Amino acid sequence: MSDTTNNGKPKVAFFDFACCEGCQLTVIDSLQTHLDLLDAVEIVQFREAMTERGEDYQIAFVEGSCTRKSDEARLEKIRAQAGIVVALGACAHLGGVNSLKNLHPLEDVRQWVYGDKAGWYNTYEARPISAVIEVDAVIPGCPIDREEFIRVVKAVLVGKKPPVPDYPVCVECKLKENVCMFHIGKFCLGPVTRAGCDAICPTHGDGCEGCRGFIPHPNENAMKDVLAEAGLTVEKVMSRLTMFNTYQIQERMAEEGR
Amino acid sequence: MSAVNVNINVHHVTRVEGHGDIVVDVKNGEIKECRFEVVEAPRFFEAFVRGRPYYELSHITSRICGICSIGHATTSLRATEKALGVEPSVQTVLLRKLNFHGEIIDSHVLHTYYLVAPDFLGVGSVIPLVQTHRPVVERALKIKKLAGDLCAMIGGRHTHPCAMAVGGFTHLPSEADLRDMQARLVDARADMDETIALFATLPWPEFERETEYISLKKDDEYAFIDGTIVTTDGFSYPIEDYRKVTNEWCVPFSTAKWTKHNRDSYMVGALARFNNNHDQLHPRAKEAAAKLGMKPICTNTFLNSAAQAVEMVHSIEDSIEIIDELLTRGIQPEEPPEVDVKAGEGTGSCDVPRGILFHNYVYDENGICVKANCIIPTNQNYANLNADMQALLPQILDKPQEEIRLMMEMLVRAYDPCISCSTHFLTVTFV
Repeated sequence: MSDTTNNGKPKVAFFDFACCEGCQLTVIDSLQTHLDLLDAVEIVQFREAMTERGEDYQIAFVEGSCTRKSDEARLEKIRAQAGIVVALGACAHLGGVNSLKNLHPLEDVRQWVYGDKAGWYNTYEARPISAVIEVDAVIPGCPIDREEFIRVVKAVLVGKKPPVPDYPVCVECKLKENVCMFHIGKFCLGPVTRAGCDAICPTHGDGCEGCRGFIPHPNENAMKDVLAEAGLTVEKVMSRLTMFNTYQIQERMAEEGR
Repeated sequence: MSAVNVNINVHHVTRVEGHGDIVVDVKNGEIKECRFEVVEAPRFFEAFVRGRPYYELSHITSRICGICSIGHATTSLRATEKALGVEPSVQTVLLRKLNFHGEIIDSHVLHTYYLVAPDFLGVGSVIPLVQTHRPVVERALKIKKLAGDLCAMIGGRHTHPCAMAVGGFTHLPSEADLRDMQARLVDARADMDETIALFATLPWPEFERETEYISLKKDDEYAFIDGTIVTTDGFSYPIEDYRKVTNEWCVPFSTAKWTKHNRDSYMVGALARFNNNHDQLHPRAKEAAAKLGMKPICTNTFLNSAAQAVEMVHSIEDSIEIIDELLTRGIQPEEPPEVDVKAGEGTGSCDVPRGILFHNYVYDENGICVKANCIIPTNQNYANLNADMQALLPQILDKPQEEIRLMMEMLVRAYDPCISCSTHFLTVTFV
């Protein structure tokens, strides 16, 4: 594996698994304000945007969840080639909305969508790519934030750990001087969700849905108090918690033997 | 011709959204295989939205597609609103139209400039054009940014809107935001003039095949949200009867279901809308169509991309007018209405960038989704795409294999297929 191309730029490739490709589109959109990104790296593979398919790359960005056995081999091949693997967006980072299907028996899901053709299609529980290969960095969010993408790329290029926050969305929401969602009768996962989105949903009147995943050590007791105070039902809370984080919730329930 | 042998297998066609393969096999001049295969990993949205509360549906289903998330969210909200008997306000309707125009412009500029133009300029992507055609790329980036900012101004976020809710919006643009956006839209007229002038010079392939074109139609405007279903073969249906149009059937080599109506196949998308609703285009868009040499009924599939350029002109002009109306009315500080939760069924339909889209939901008495059916434009185009491939191939068999491969890829791209969307939404037929 060569370290750089003959023009001295690191080679970068983009891959997608089960996803909506919205994060790759966000990457394309980041060129609107950062066209000079193309001076810093050479993109050798990006199926959604280009015909060329170089297999010699150092940095791989992977969008989407692993949802079938055949995805594992493809992920392992990417891992074997790339010096740095970055999970791009909630589907790759968490499993995201894809893992909502894990709440239903797999056979039921296949039957529901494919009817008597269910046997044609391989699928298993959706999972983040970190469940299959080692991941060096993540860019959270559904979709990713353009500016955070640029920040992470810059950090990766100079060999630094990408600056992804580990404090909750509430911090950013307070800095924006938003009225707390709970105070206007809405439900928000801001207290336990990783910041970095600039509290975009609460700022637009919508409670946080947890798309950036939970912070490392959430203050669960405080969250429980807030929820009890707001008089929310278990169903309502679980519904919101599972929207992007079903895989994590189920893993934890399995660990706790529930 | 009898000595002609062609073998093309394009694994994962590039510059489209999602995963599809082209298979062409010609032996001694005889076409053995010629088809487009869909190989996308399914995501099972229709199965897993069951059990979710009504207010989550548009937020979850917007994640079907990263490029037409507003189209999915709008269609989803219309289905839910019809099921629960919610009537959006005049302001909400205007803001949704404006938001939708943002996505039409966004999606069409992506497709025409980033995905299709490289074929005409003999390059593999837009990236080399940064060096060779910088003003063209900068114009594309500028229009794309305008469109994205318009979407974000109303939906709160460019991709996967967060402010769109059942019955209304949880955040409203300020009048100052609207005025700034309107000035940028007026400024974009010059960019669209340049765009149309450029597209008029492109060597669009000559290929004609009659088919049935299906889209929404409204009495008073070029239809994108709501209306009735119409076809160029003279049929008309209320949205609730969408299954009479789509008539889904299975083919063994595709993970996506096919559809047919009056013929073996039909086409949806910008060209279908142009063919059904040309009279309702803004005068500037009609002028643009004339410059591109387009008249309804246009049967050259490749000109679907040209029809997208015409629609961009229309969406920019209509956005300018909608903002005038909003500013005249003044933005009212409306909250989404309280929803009286009850059991019900509703069907929403929008003509999203790639064509007519249907969402149908059934809710129980607690507002929990118990059934969902969604039919995606790209799925509706597969049968027509395959019919086009089979019609085009004999006309170009005398060309070198590489040229045949490129023409086939260009034909696939002309449909602007969103495969990631389409197979996520493989559908079940409810009895």
